[in-house]
Amino acid sequence: MTQSPTLSKRSSSSAPSQPRKSRQRGADARAGYTFLLPWLLGFIALTVGPMISSLYLSFTNYNLFEAPEWIGLDNYITLFQDERFLQSVGVTVSYVVFGTPLKLAAALAIAMLLNSKRKGQGFYRSAFYAPSLIGASVSIAIVWKAIFGDAGPVDQGLSFFGINLGGWVGNPSMTMPMFVLLTVWQFGAPMVIFLAGLKQIPADLYEAASMDGAGPVRKFFNITWPMLSPVIFFNLLMETIHAFQIFASAYIISNGEGGPAGSTLFYTLYLYLRGFSDFRMGYASAMAWLLVIVVGIITLIFFKTSKSWVHYSGDSK
Amino acid sequence: MTTMATPTQSAPNAPAEHYNPKSESVTAKRVKSGIFHAVALTLTAIVLYPALWMVASSFKPNDEIGGGNTALWSNNFSFDNFVTAMDGIGGVSTLTFFTNSLILAVGAVVGTILSASVSAYAFARIKFPGRSVFFGMMIATLLLPFHVVIIPQYIVFQQLGLVDTYIPLLIGKFLAADAFFVFLMVQFMRNLPAELDEAARIDGAGHVRIFGSIMLPLMKPALISTSIFSFIWSWNDFLAPLLYLNTPEKYPLPLALRLFQDQTQSSDYGAMIAMSVLALLPVLIFFLVFQRYIVEGVSTQGLKG
Repeated sequence: MTQSPTLSKRSSSSAPSQPRKSRQRGADARAGYTFLLPWLLGFIALTVGPMISSLYLSFTNYNLFEAPEWIGLDNYITLFQDERFLQSVGVTVSYVVFGTPLKLAAALAIAMLLNSKRKGQGFYRSAFYAPSLIGASVSIAIVWKAIFGDAGPVDQGLSFFGINLGGWVGNPSMTMPMFVLLTVWQFGAPMVIFLAGLKQIPADLYEAASMDGAGPVRKFFNITWPMLSPVIFFNLLMETIHAFQIFASAYIISNGEGGPAGSTLFYTLYLYLRGFSDFRMGYASAMAWLLVIVVGIITLIFFKTSKSWVHYSGDSK
Repeated sequence: MTTMATPTQSAPNAPAEHYNPKSESVTAKRVKSGIFHAVALTLTAIVLYPALWMVASSFKPNDEIGGGNTALWSNNFSFDNFVTAMDGIGGVSTLTFFTNSLILAVGAVVGTILSASVSAYAFARIKFPGRSVFFGMMIATLLLPFHVVIIPQYIVFQQLGLVDTYIPLLIGKFLAADAFFVFLMVQFMRNLPAELDEAARIDGAGHVRIFGSIMLPLMKPALISTSIFSFIWSWNDFLAPLLYLNTPEKYPLPLALRLFQDQTQSSDYGAMIAMSVLALLPVLIFFLVFQRYIVEGVSTQGLKG
């Protein structure tokens, strides 16, 4: 799809004579950079520039008021001796490792449920999507805190079945399940993307499989999974990267402290606290760069391993 | 996708004589559809429960929200919580917070539409040296954690004396910093026929005219989903206002909610929930009105990644 415009453009522009063509090319280059200017300015001033300076700052001691002092790798070395930092890594990793697969499993299962031509499908799709729009907001964090608080609806509901956990918010071993549920609750966005992918799978594949006597399990692993693998890959990559960056909900639910007992001290929250309440900007920059490196490595691993399980159908790419 | 699907879906041209899994009896079909709706409705109830709980609680007196009250319904529904919530916090009326949120969200929409559409046109429709390199970098920023830039950005804005203004919150929108929207528009424009530009070029139109009078009108669906999403994301944004804004008079709603939570700390639970509802109201209204655009936007644009 992406190739066709450039191809046809090339074939038509081969008609004019040589000088006109190069003049056109020069005009295009000027126009190209003029149109690109807003993005280019933003890219340099708001992304590349800050990235370079945060890399520099990560090797310094800087508190915003005095000049940065070069300390080499000290920040990075200190990080790995900082128990709070290690705890924030643990919290974030368990959130990503449990939350993302569960969320995607729910999204895929429910997308498959909805992928039938039945009345009300549009309604269910919208209802399930709604939490994705509001899930990361402060309002929902406040509600979540109330629902999972002492004597909140979840506590009450579980007591009814004889499970007395008390409030999840104040219980260090229950805060992670609470956050995982918050992300699983937002399964709607990947579900909608799965649903669009499922609709692309030709129905005759399933019909042929039925004729060969394949059951639902075999159909899933031999048709649905491979046909859907580019979409699964896309969702997995995006959701994983986003999960690393959870902030607002963690801040609100723990009153900006990461408690109880550090059990909600997510990576970004700790970065924020170090940078903007302790004003240890160098230290926080080192944290930010570690996050970039980790996310980069994960992306790379995803792309490398994708060759073995992601199947692109012949014509697209 | 808008067409309501009919339940009788077995294609008439299918070879019915051989083997057709769809030729079930009418009762079997009814039972299946009954099970489907039972499962789907149960899921709907679970998924919507937190939102319903929030709305119901916002109308309840404080002593009925927590403390063993799980029922959504109450006989004491009243607007009292909303009256208290509208009073605001720290001497600032909630109406001010609303206005601030609205200024930021509208600014984000205007900035994003202007900058992303122009930049996307360059990526999608103009051939110039370096295009593919920049395009690759733009895609890379989609995956880049935002946190790596916040500290240096903060330092610069602080030195320029721009902390506690809206400029740090809005400047990125006018410089197409949300790469997602640029990408979305590039994908959309690439699918428009190339003949359009060629015909216009032969007629002597330059890029400004091609962009303004051919591309922009055709890009309406992409512009609408961009507007909706940039509005909602700006409306819900918490981190950037938290970093840059210090005076409550300038707070948007999410920061006001945080302030409310800090200061009342469960003493006036009902009002806090009511304020949470108020803060989400525009998003919910947007969703109800633009449902189709939003869900379709996610399913088509999300896929093209």
